[in-house]
Amino acid sequence: MSEATLHAERAAASVRLERALVVLGIVALIAAPFVIYPIFVMKMLCFALFACAFNLLLGYTGLLSFGHAAFFGGAAYFCAYAVKAWGWPPEAAILLGTAGAALMGLVMGFLAIRRQGIYFSMITLALAQMFYFFCVQAPFTEGEDGIQGVPRGHLFGVVDLGVTMNMYFFVLAVFLIGVFAVWRIINSPFGMILRSIRENENRAISLGYSVGRYKLAAFVMSAALAGLAGATKAIVFQFATLTDVTWQMSGEVILMTLLGGIGTMVGPVVGAGLVVGLENTLATSGFPVTIATGLIFMICVLIFRRGIVGEVYARWLSGKG
Amino acid sequence: MTMIFGIPIQALLGQLLVGLINGSFYAMLSLGLAVIFGLLRIINFAHGALYMLGAFIGYLLLVHLGIGYWPALVLVPLIVGLFGMAVERLALSHLYRLDPLYGLLFTFGLALVIEGVFRYYYGVSGNPYAVPTLLAGGTNLGFMFLPNYRGWVVAASLIVCIGTWLLIEKTRLGSYLRAATENPELVQAFGVNVPLLLTLTYGLGAALAGLAGILAAPVYQVSPLMGSDLIIVVFAVVVVGGMGSILGAIVTGYMLGLAEGLTKVFYPEASNLVVFVIMAIVLLLRPAGLFGRDA
Repeated sequence: MSEATLHAERAAASVRLERALVVLGIVALIAAPFVIYPIFVMKMLCFALFACAFNLLLGYTGLLSFGHAAFFGGAAYFCAYAVKAWGWPPEAAILLGTAGAALMGLVMGFLAIRRQGIYFSMITLALAQMFYFFCVQAPFTEGEDGIQGVPRGHLFGVVDLGVTMNMYFFVLAVFLIGVFAVWRIINSPFGMILRSIRENENRAISLGYSVGRYKLAAFVMSAALAGLAGATKAIVFQFATLTDVTWQMSGEVILMTLLGGIGTMVGPVVGAGLVVGLENTLATSGFPVTIATGLIFMICVLIFRRGIVGEVYARWLSGKG
Repeated sequence: MTMIFGIPIQALLGQLLVGLINGSFYAMLSLGLAVIFGLLRIINFAHGALYMLGAFIGYLLLVHLGIGYWPALVLVPLIVGLFGMAVERLALSHLYRLDPLYGLLFTFGLALVIEGVFRYYYGVSGNPYAVPTLLAGGTNLGFMFLPNYRGWVVAASLIVCIGTWLLIEKTRLGSYLRAATENPELVQAFGVNVPLLLTLTYGLGAALAGLAGILAAPVYQVSPLMGSDLIIVVFAVVVVGGMGSILGAIVTGYMLGLAEGLTKVFYPEASNLVVFVIMAIVLLLRPAGLFGRDA
């Protein structure tokens, strides 16, 4: 079999596997709140969307942002403030959070794409830290306490989100829309150009693409979707605090993506589920979460760089090939 | 009382001194980062954790073994340097073929583990470390009162920075190092043991961080969180200076420390933002950094 057909065969197998997993996943998510504590699943979904948004940048554009907490936590603040101080309905507040995150992404991205590779990561980290210090001091975030007691309100004025199951299916819908958006982006011609930048930036430049603009666009989209996740989380948990804007949160989303599989659609979802689950387990055991997180990081980087889903794909495909 | 722009000159000089102290640590840490990055192409996220490790080892030597400040000043960099060399041999050396991002991620994980271990055993509160008796007290310079230990920190950091710069620019070992930065294969072909050079370089960077840690112990509280707060500011320093030049890293470190001190006098709310704001401005005007050669 020639190299090209083999490759096509593998790609097709990978698509089939991904579709099967997606269908299975959606069924499981619809059933989940009847089996598992719904708040916990909602938390997983918010982080899974966050990780998918992050992966759009790392997995498909090759940019490692170390500052995505700024968008996630920033949007949570905007959304919580709009609901609590201005009495906005939840859907409008979430859109505001998303737009705010996109705007922050535009500013941070504009600065960060001026440098490449490792510098890009350091710049995003530094800018996010600056935003963190801003949040510590700004009056509207209410400092250490955060914005507490945010009412969930009525979706479109009709559906009472105070009812857990209503809230759950709203979060599931947001999650599916967000992930679908990521999927559409990476499978569009635009997404192909992003991948070409990831593979060989200089060649993309020589082909005439203004790489900077594509990177910035990807950055803004990723920031907006991370914001969507953060704003939704603020409605679910009814608060927005400093935790969500710390650099540890930026590290956490990297871990989710790395553990699940960088550059796969399903990987970040799996990774987010595992990390959130692990943290819940550790929270009651007394074993410090940071040590566990750090160890997983080191192990993943040393021997497990493809992540769980990436590894499954590799095994599955080599079995077929 | 003499005033400058409505600020008493004592307060101004006092904050400038604080800025100079902070700048000394920025300079030592960004110097270590630049040395490691130059040869290994790895951004050492664990640098802050190694700095904290240095301070903590000094503290533990004192509390458990009764070993004081001066011996610790030699022992701590040795221990942290050896630890760094072990990390390089066991882990980092396997990552050189890969995208440099993996080095960043690995050292990030390492930093979390080191910090997590100390947080687990010692909590988040700071532990005081007494100023050595030789440097206790202060000197009246006529225009301001200078605590002796702070003067010593500034002097020591200058000695360390200039010493490291001389080591890299003026010695035979330094010339191997610079050559290996340009073309490791060729240097290897000339019979220089490049893998050993890499191990030593990471060890040197780690030792510098450890030394900064023990110097910092009497100034700040010894706490598990002291490193992670600092490292992100140091990253911003490194972005401003550009990692192409050792001297650039040092100068930028002191400059930004002073800028921070000045901001504390005139507009205290912005004092922990100012380094990042300067970084953003530099990125707009001179994307390669003040001393950078490559973008």
